[in-house]
Amino acid sequence: MTTAPAPLPGIAPRTIGRTTLRWAGIMGLLAFLVAPMVPLFIWSISFRWFYPDILPSEYSARAWEQVISPTNNVIGATGQTTLIALLCTVLSVLLGVPAGRALGLHNFKGKRIVEVLILAPIIVPGLAVVLGIDTMFIRYGLSGNILGVTLVHLVPTLPYMTLVMSGVYANYDVDYELQARSLGAGRWATQRYVTLPAVFPGVVVGALFTFLISWSQYVLTLLIGDGQVETLPILLFNFARSEPAIAGALSVVFILPGILVLLLSSKYLSGDSAAVGGIGNI
Amino acid sequence: MTQVTLSGLTKIFDQKSPPAVDNLDLEIESGKLTALLGPSGCGKTTTMKMIAGLLRPTAGDILFDGDSILSIKPEERGAVMVFQNYLLFPYMNIADNIGFGLKMRKVNKKEIRSRVEDMLDLVQLPGFEDRKPNQLSGGQQQRIALARALIVQPNVLLLDEPLSNLDAHLRDEMRVLIRRIQTEMGITTVFVTHDQEEAVVLADKVALLFDGRLQQFDAPDSFYDTPNTVDIATFFGGTNFIPGRYESGEMTTAIGKFRAPHSLVPEGDAVLSIRPEAVDLGEGGENSVSGTVLSHVYAGRYARFQIRIGNIEIEAVTEPGQVKLFADGDNIPVRFDPDKIWVLGPNAAEQPAGATTA
Ligand SMILES: Nc1ncnc2c1ncn2[C@@H]1O[C@H](COP(=O)(O)OP(=O)(O)O)[C@@H](O)[C@H]1O
Ligand SMILES: [Mg+2]
Repeated sequence: MTTAPAPLPGIAPRTIGRTTLRWAGIMGLLAFLVAPMVPLFIWSISFRWFYPDILPSEYSARAWEQVISPTNNVIGATGQTTLIALLCTVLSVLLGVPAGRALGLHNFKGKRIVEVLILAPIIVPGLAVVLGIDTMFIRYGLSGNILGVTLVHLVPTLPYMTLVMSGVYANYDVDYELQARSLGAGRWATQRYVTLPAVFPGVVVGALFTFLISWSQYVLTLLIGDGQVETLPILLFNFARSEPAIAGALSVVFILPGILVLLLSSKYLSGDSAAVGGIGNI
Repeated sequence: MTQVTLSGLTKIFDQKSPPAVDNLDLEIESGKLTALLGPSGCGKTTTMKMIAGLLRPTAGDILFDGDSILSIKPEERGAVMVFQNYLLFPYMNIADNIGFGLKMRKVNKKEIRSRVEDMLDLVQLPGFEDRKPNQLSGGQQQRIALARALIVQPNVLLLDEPLSNLDAHLRDEMRVLIRRIQTEMGITTVFVTHDQEEAVVLADKVALLFDGRLQQFDAPDSFYDTPNTVDIATFFGGTNFIPGRYESGEMTTAIGKFRAPHSLVPEGDAVLSIRPEAVDLGEGGENSVSGTVLSHVYAGRYARFQIRIGNIEIEAVTEPGQVKLFADGDNIPVRFDPDKIWVLGPNAAEQPAGATTA
């Protein structure tokens, strides 16, 4: 009655078409992102560049030497920015995944209100939120250190993570977990073999973008870091006026993770997964 | 094998609505196939989930072979549920889906592979190991879901509407397959359906639920021959009801008196129920009245007559040979076989919930 497994007809050409489209999309986005980097990069290697010249009249590696030299603390700031963004991502995942699960799976009274409250930090300017938080942070010794800055970065990132995950869970059938339990899987095995594979793309996309949001914070870091915590955006701003060449070099460093993230997440963003369904859900 | 006892089993989801499952007492025999029948929303899935340990009862107890299993985790109960929508894990191929339960039991890979192969043979899908669930038809997914449950050799198999998503010919095929496997393996099986015909064809015993309450728990044919209530008779369809009064073994109705030795109710207002097949046309004598043929339909294996008796209409089903005997407009004797008359209370409310016939 049944035949040996054979590839289903019609699938291969469709996949090729989709892959081509996906790559075209990614290339387009990359061009869009890379274009502003070109002048930045030229700035970074220019020595003399005056109006109305199209290209600098003299080139120099000075800016890049400055970036590497320990006096300007670029390497230290990069490390600090990375550390804060990583910590922030870990915390966002730990808190945002269960919160998104609760929002996505369960219907409860006042759910709409909770959703709006979660969105609030995204809508209300970060500055307004932070001015309120600032005095409290000073009181609890969270001002001027990495921990405080990490916590304040949760203000824009955690809602984002929660919303992405609530969208993922809204398209998820918990009966899969019950089915696994019934077949003999314990709680942990069920999470590992059934839940995780289903929500993983969402977690990856949420985490990558959380990292980026934290990585690019300026105002929040400035206020809560109180001049003590020096991240790349802070450095970049300091150099922007005085040293355009160094600022250009820094911008190149600053923008790289974004491009990496885009490449890493493109699979999940444009694939079959419903990873970013959450955004459409609001 | 395992006998399953439900005792006062109750599930209340929220205080404002009536219980989804209401004080359910049921004795599910070891090694038999029991159907849980009822209209959509009557609490069948909820009952299954409670037996499987996937939902905590609000009250009552569940016993396997006399021991309460309420404190035993679902993964250790030995009661495996197959969901209505199959729920094959989309990230795993068919072999990993079927082998899932064994992997959780830490069975070694080689043995898993050979037992998966056996299961695929059993459900007649050999060679499907490397396919993905989304490459399978609904009927094939259903078989894989069944194989995935059977591979762990459950003591109790819980099938939630296994046939409802299949089209007619696949349904018959699957019905035969389920019955064959169940008989071969002798697994205590509970089978949910909203289709009374399916329950009757497949099950050794049928439990009928309305609104979370057990209406009747009986052998399949009893639901046709001796339903507990008018509602049950109506659910099984096609029965004639004639209201009247029941006294000393006799039903007095608007169209005459009928001897009726089988009654569920004491004396008083009652409903005479008789199935169209039990109405004898053209036969006089005891329990017969005179009626007029209104119309008839010849339907191949049987013929269906509409008969007017006094001011009521009834339906009779006869052998096709009888079609020629009566023409529309004929006056003929109509007899109700006393042994096939069933006297019911005037409405379901007067029946004790969960009553079973003697
Ligand atoms: N998780 C739940 N929360 C609230 N009510 C539920 C839940 N599951 C089922 N119900 C309700 O319980 C009743 C029985 O449902 P169910 O057992 O799924 O019925 P069936 O399987 O017989 O169609 C229905 O009224 C349904 O709305
Ligand atoms: Mg159901």
